[in-house]
Amino acid sequence: MNPFSSGTRLRDMIRAIRACKTAAEERGVVRKECAAIRAAISENDQDYRHRNIAKLMFIHMLGYPTHFGQMECLKLIASPGFPEKRIGYLGLMLLLDERQEVLMLVTNSIKQDLNHTNQYIVGLALCALGNIGSAEMARDLAPEVERLLKFRDPNIRKKAALCSIRIIRKVPDLAENFINPAAALLSEKHHGVLITGVQLCIDLCKISTEALEYFRKKCTDGLVKILKDLTNSPYAPEYDVSGITDPFLHIRLLRLLCALGQDDANASDAMNDILAQVATKTESNKNAGNAILYECVATIMSVEDNGGLRVLAINILGRFLSNRDNNIRYVALNMLMKALAVDSQAVQRHRATILECVKDTDPSIRKRAVELVYLLVNESNVKPMTKELIEYLEASDPEFRGDLTAKICSIVEKFSPEKIWYIDQMLKVLPEAGNYVKDEVWHSLIVVITNASNLHGYAVRSLYRAVQAAGEQETLVRVAVWCIGEYGDMLVNNAGRLDIEEPLTVTESDAVDVVETSIKSHSFDLTTRAMCLIALLKLSSRFPSCSQRINDIIVQYKGSFVLELQQRAIEFNSVIERHQNIRPSLVERMPVLDEATYSGRKAGSLPAAGSTSQGVSVNLPNGVAKPSAAPLVDLLDLSSDDVPAPSSSGGDFLQDLLGVDLAPVSSQSGTNQAQKSGTDVLLDLLSIGTPPANSRPSTTQVSPSNVDIRSPLDLLDRLSSPSAPSVQVSPTAGSSPMLDLLNGFPSSPSIPVTEGNGPAYPSIVAFDSSSLKLTFNFSKQPGNPQTTLIEASFTNKSQEVLTNFIFQAAVPKFLQLHLDPASGNTLPANGNGSITQKLKITNSQHGKKSLVMRIRIAYKVNNKDVLEEGQVNNFPRDL
Amino acid sequence: MIHFVLLISRQGKVRLTKWYSPYTQKERTKVIRELSGMILTRGPKLCNFVEWRGYKVVYKRYASLYFCMCIDQDDNELEVLEIIHHYVEILDRYFGSVCELDLIFNFHKAYYILDELVIAGELQESSKKTVARLIAAQDSLVEAAKEEASSISNIIAQATK
Repeated sequence: MNPFSSGTRLRDMIRAIRACKTAAEERGVVRKECAAIRAAISENDQDYRHRNIAKLMFIHMLGYPTHFGQMECLKLIASPGFPEKRIGYLGLMLLLDERQEVLMLVTNSIKQDLNHTNQYIVGLALCALGNIGSAEMARDLAPEVERLLKFRDPNIRKKAALCSIRIIRKVPDLAENFINPAAALLSEKHHGVLITGVQLCIDLCKISTEALEYFRKKCTDGLVKILKDLTNSPYAPEYDVSGITDPFLHIRLLRLLCALGQDDANASDAMNDILAQVATKTESNKNAGNAILYECVATIMSVEDNGGLRVLAINILGRFLSNRDNNIRYVALNMLMKALAVDSQAVQRHRATILECVKDTDPSIRKRAVELVYLLVNESNVKPMTKELIEYLEASDPEFRGDLTAKICSIVEKFSPEKIWYIDQMLKVLPEAGNYVKDEVWHSLIVVITNASNLHGYAVRSLYRAVQAAGEQETLVRVAVWCIGEYGDMLVNNAGRLDIEEPLTVTESDAVDVVETSIKSHSFDLTTRAMCLIALLKLSSRFPSCSQRINDIIVQYKGSFVLELQQRAIEFNSVIERHQNIRPSLVERMPVLDEATYSGRKAGSLPAAGSTSQGVSVNLPNGVAKPSAAPLVDLLDLSSDDVPAPSSSGGDFLQDLLGVDLAPVSSQSGTNQAQKSGTDVLLDLLSIGTPPANSRPSTTQVSPSNVDIRSPLDLLDRLSSPSAPSVQVSPTAGSSPMLDLLNGFPSSPSIPVTEGNGPAYPSIVAFDSSSLKLTFNFSKQPGNPQTTLIEASFTNKSQEVLTNFIFQAAVPKFLQLHLDPASGNTLPANGNGSITQKLKITNSQHGKKSLVMRIRIAYKVNNKDVLEEGQVNNFPRDL
Repeated sequence: MIHFVLLISRQGKVRLTKWYSPYTQKERTKVIRELSGMILTRGPKLCNFVEWRGYKVVYKRYASLYFCMCIDQDDNELEVLEIIHHYVEILDRYFGSVCELDLIFNFHKAYYILDELVIAGELQESSKKTVARLIAAQDSLVEAAKEEASSISNIIAQATK
């Protein structure tokens, strides 16, 4: 006979499979067996059905598909004999799960078997229902199970109790039907019934408050008595586990008491004595005893406060923590986490031991310990704790570093007492585990550095040292490169040196070396290299002596295959070679990044962490201009939507950092720029604000000396070519006053970039109605930051001429307003001309409050009086 | 609650799987692969608990077999160790010093015993004696049915001789 025909015995098949030397051979045997079984199934072979199912179960365990045997299980279950049913139910539980529709077909068979006269068959049906019953089955069969809770044989009652647990977990609505029968089970003597009955009560309490109240009232005393009898019971060989009678029942009773005592003083009182007894009398030299103590501690921690018991519990945990058995230490850490909420003082006492556990060889214990340490840290102990953790970081396994680093960074950020400490700690973490640090972490480090103006020099020098030692940690390099770009001069001239610092001599070319090495490193990704390019651009202005060398480096990337790098290189090269005169102002230092805004953004972008650039808003900052009217010349910000964003970057914050700083500083060139701190500062920096274009270049008036200032713009505009390949052209490119620095127009000496006087601000549309538009242009007098000169310019959008035009304005008390006479009182129709009027505002709260103004405009149209009013609160912030 | 029980040999072969929570066939294979990778590589002195996907897996090695049970975060790990030991003792008594081969060739018996011990992911019986008695009673039911069948076939065989 063919040994692999369906005639093979189960034993022979298992032998044949075990004899296979290779996986392929095994597959062959299994395939043959499956084919034979399928054949038997299609022939409806009854004699070997149970053997076939047994074989299929074995094959299933090996991981092969066996769905074709599912119906056979159902047939076996439907057959009358016990042996067939037994294997049929086993197959059902193994080959199916509750989600398969085939399962519905078996409901009826189970129902019949639940009513069978043979109690073992009833047991099989209960077992199957308890293990894989679905919600529908639970609903259909709940009455049967409820009835079986009162069955004469205790072994059926206990199975019915566990089956009830499955039913109420699947259909919580049915819980109330089981409350009374469950309470009845608690008065049984049979341990199996008691264990399952108590478990049923625990589950009922979780689901239904009604059940909880009921058991609390009716059963607390009974349960306490059962536990007392159990604890004091003499040696019972049947239930003895290393000297303790039925630890399983102990544990379940304690767990139910835990549920009953929670938030209920009376119930807690009733169980105090027995809890104390269990906590003191249980032997703790064997696992079973410790399991009970562990549960007892959990119960004590949850029930209503009783000082004495708590002390007892904490002492047990202390003993556990110093135990040499790793299992016991693990559960102790676990429990201390819960104890923290109850008595953090007591847990703090074990701090040293817990910190030791962070260094354990066992990853499970380390993980628990780190979680616990994280919860233990507060303002008062953050310094020593962080020190310990960072010291350990240096010695930890690679697979544990990710977790540990994340926790350290989070602790440092949350509890840092001062900025220098924060920077110091991060400078210890980054060289050790920089590659495990998340983007948010180094972003916030940069934010912190920019905010600590007295530490700029210190930070850049420390970073320089760190990079020398650990130049392979990418995040460290990113922060270092960014800071060298920003504060490179302080690195070289040792500005702002702190007493604690060791002197450091760095030449300009040393600083450039760092950036050059980084950009050339093949292990760094696009983001890092893009940051390097920006740092180089900035350094080219900071270190004039290295300018040529930097340009040479940048030129190498003009041919980069990575669009981002190529584009930056071409643009920066153009800036360096052709625009020396505006370069210093282009690459000024970033203004202080706003911490609140950053943390707000971080919180907002956390869920989306990992996704790149969620569309950097390109609206004008103060939100006046409608997008279509915003000729935003996105000069150097390469990361707006239509350019491939740096691949691994986090939120859009990063892209802001990558953007080039265009912040003006007093007495620099008068290119009109945005200067604002706060929310949109970063976006502003990346753009050059021009007033909304209405195809009227004449509104591009920036300062009183507007002729000078306007000219570069106009000039650039004329020179711009709409087909410029690497320039982002705004939708209205053709007509808008686009500022195109990058298009290679000849750098003729005639470009009159004049030195303006004072910083410039973007103009705003202060008022815009159907007939009238009012634009404000701002300028400041040098040396007098409080005073702002505003040039108001009115345009008539309507078809009618406006006459008797009067403009009035009012400001709050902290402002002083002076209005000059207007240039006229008649406004021609269709925007064919404008009235201008000068205003002078002095802000006594300069730097704290921004300008605000109410305006009223009166005029006549067709001899009819019209009055328009409005409030202007979109002034640039630091006017 | 116990979500599943796994018996894995030191070579990573699965000897028994019992699922009390729904897992698709694909998930089951993945779970087994993941866990055997985690558990089989752990050193002998380490604790018997592994944290895994928000659950805990309690495992214990007996000779060449790892007994694993997956439980919820707030379950009592030490007790689960006792449940595993309880199960092993019952197997041991049933087979008479059980070995891996017993569980391979009589895997269904191992399942029957587990079904007398755990239902719906909860412990059913704390008495080893009771479990042994129940299994024996059911085994004898099967034996009786077999004998009956063979005696009937004997009668038929004789009658048709």
